[in-house]
Amino acid sequence: MSTSAFQLRSKFRAATDRAVTLLAILATVLVIAPLAVIFAELVFKGAASLNWSFFTKVPAPEGELGGGMANAIVGSGVLLGIASLIGVPIGIGSGIYLAEFGRGTKLADAVRFTADVLNGVPSIVMGLTAYALIVAPHIAFLPFLGHFSALSGGVALGIMMIPTVCRSSEEMLLMVPHAIREAALGLGVPNWRSTLSITVKTASPGIITGCMLAFARIAGETAPLLFTALGNQFWSTNLNEPIAALPLQIFIYANSPYEDQQRMAWAGALVLIVLIVLAVSLVRFVTSRGVLKGNN
Amino acid sequence: MDTAVPEIRVSQPLPEPEPEAPHPSVHPSAHPVAAAVPHEHSVIRRYLLARGNSALADRLFKLLMLLCALSIFMIVALIAYQLFDKSQLNWAQTGLKFFYTAFSDPYSKQPVYWDPVNGHFSALPFVYGTLVSSFLALLLAVPLAIGVAIFLTEMCPGLLRGPLAFLTELLAAIPSIIYGLWAMYVLVPLLNAYVNPVLYRGLGWTGLFSNDNPTGLGYLASGIILAIMILPIVSSLTREVMTAVPHSQREAVLALGATRWEMIRTGVLRNARIGIVGAIILGLGRALGETMAVTMVIGNTPEIHKSLLSNGASMASVIANEFAEATSDLHRSALVEIGLALFVVTIIVNAIAQLLVWAVTRGAPRQAN
Repeated sequence: MSTSAFQLRSKFRAATDRAVTLLAILATVLVIAPLAVIFAELVFKGAASLNWSFFTKVPAPEGELGGGMANAIVGSGVLLGIASLIGVPIGIGSGIYLAEFGRGTKLADAVRFTADVLNGVPSIVMGLTAYALIVAPHIAFLPFLGHFSALSGGVALGIMMIPTVCRSSEEMLLMVPHAIREAALGLGVPNWRSTLSITVKTASPGIITGCMLAFARIAGETAPLLFTALGNQFWSTNLNEPIAALPLQIFIYANSPYEDQQRMAWAGALVLIVLIVLAVSLVRFVTSRGVLKGNN
Repeated sequence: MDTAVPEIRVSQPLPEPEPEAPHPSVHPSAHPVAAAVPHEHSVIRRYLLARGNSALADRLFKLLMLLCALSIFMIVALIAYQLFDKSQLNWAQTGLKFFYTAFSDPYSKQPVYWDPVNGHFSALPFVYGTLVSSFLALLLAVPLAIGVAIFLTEMCPGLLRGPLAFLTELLAAIPSIIYGLWAMYVLVPLLNAYVNPVLYRGLGWTGLFSNDNPTGLGYLASGIILAIMILPIVSSLTREVMTAVPHSQREAVLALGATRWEMIRTGVLRNARIGIVGAIILGLGRALGETMAVTMVIGNTPEIHKSLLSNGASMASVIANEFAEATSDLHRSALVEIGLALFVVTIIVNAIAQLLVWAVTRGAPRQAN
């Protein structure tokens, strides 16, 4: 009697175990499926309308066939350049502070915490801030204020880069062995010099990959550009004027009633995703090989 | 020979321990050792003195790095100040009522939520849309995310773990605009053709699923795309928290004769539950602020509907849609106030989530020993 109840119970337990295993596998498949579907769709729809003029021509006027996204690709490059000029030095600097000077202090904990929280602030809020900082104010002797501009878009993206770059470079700097710092200091090298030319240099592959990840993240950002960079249908590399950007152009074309422009949106999305996947895979490849150790 | 000194010390400390170091004793034309040692010291001393006092440079460098670190606080303060400042106009008009009341039309007695032409602004439909789509997203994403985390940490053969983890990471790297594009042209037509009619026929009596929206856009579509977008964040954080649970816990439960699922339930999930809640809240924070994908599929009408298949709007989507073409200062100010609310809410949500995740992962090494 008692043995059969026991057997029943252990059968039930084994069955539950198997059911949960199946459910977990099912969940994994369900999560990977959208990825596969999205990629298939992107390649299928995007590749069809990718051609040479996509990379060399500016958008065609409404309702006309043809044209390309050359200005958007260049514009994205300009925006990312401004963003990196702001985000990379400040991000690495704060990473250095956290890893080299602030270890174990309350201030460093607070900075780390704030950076993580800032990382979760919606990108559209960054756009509003850049708008309030650069687009809204009219000051006579500062001609770069008061209008939509590439500069404001770059600032919005740059602010977004800081926390990501900061946290990843801190992580990389913490991996540099102490003996290297001690060796440098033992030779009488000043602290700042040992930090810059020895610690940072040793960690530089990791720091660069961190920067690239941040780069890949902001390359696809659309929301902060909607009312800062604004978009542009023509060639422009002027920092004081609205500028086109790849994600913005995708957004505009996605909402377009013309089928040709919708196809263009898919092609743009394909280009964007290829760039991002390349960056992420490169990062993955570099970090998995442990370049930090094999640097010299 | 003196010129070789700075090169060695400054740029190449690691490899090749001084190929041509000015050590007198190894040099062919060496002086007697007793005389050479003080001479060598004085070279270093002279070199250091010639370079000046590095204490000042060190202090400056530290200060510079400190400024970089403090800039992160400054950014948060700057965002808060700018949003607060630019939303004053609307705040003066409606105050806190902005978020919970609507203007009532005197003729039709219908509530008017958002009327830029006549200057009536209420954030209620946007708050509603954001909450509904985000909670829908959590409802769909959390079980899947925990399932994936369990599979990857406890069941997955080691060979598969790396690639699968990479794929979920990749899911996180896809920009929101591409999710939006995909949702707009693939997901929404699919939902409209196959899922929504079934939901209406089966569950229409609840009032949550109506069939008056022929587009397929709406709360449900944005909830689903949000779920896909927050899945990788929730699952990777859950995974991190679960791996932080010490192995001794698992071994102890297994030693008592538990099956694998019982081990996961009592040994892992119970210990990691605070961190998992943190991961879920962090996912909520992402969902609340997600802009582009939601803007493309929620339908963008400032209305409140009980039906999940109706068009709506979210806080982020209304800013994205209307800010660049805002018709008046009050309109712009109202949008900034929505942005301020979004900022404050996501800051709070993220801070809570971060603390919960840290509570588990931080103590991990100490527990393990």
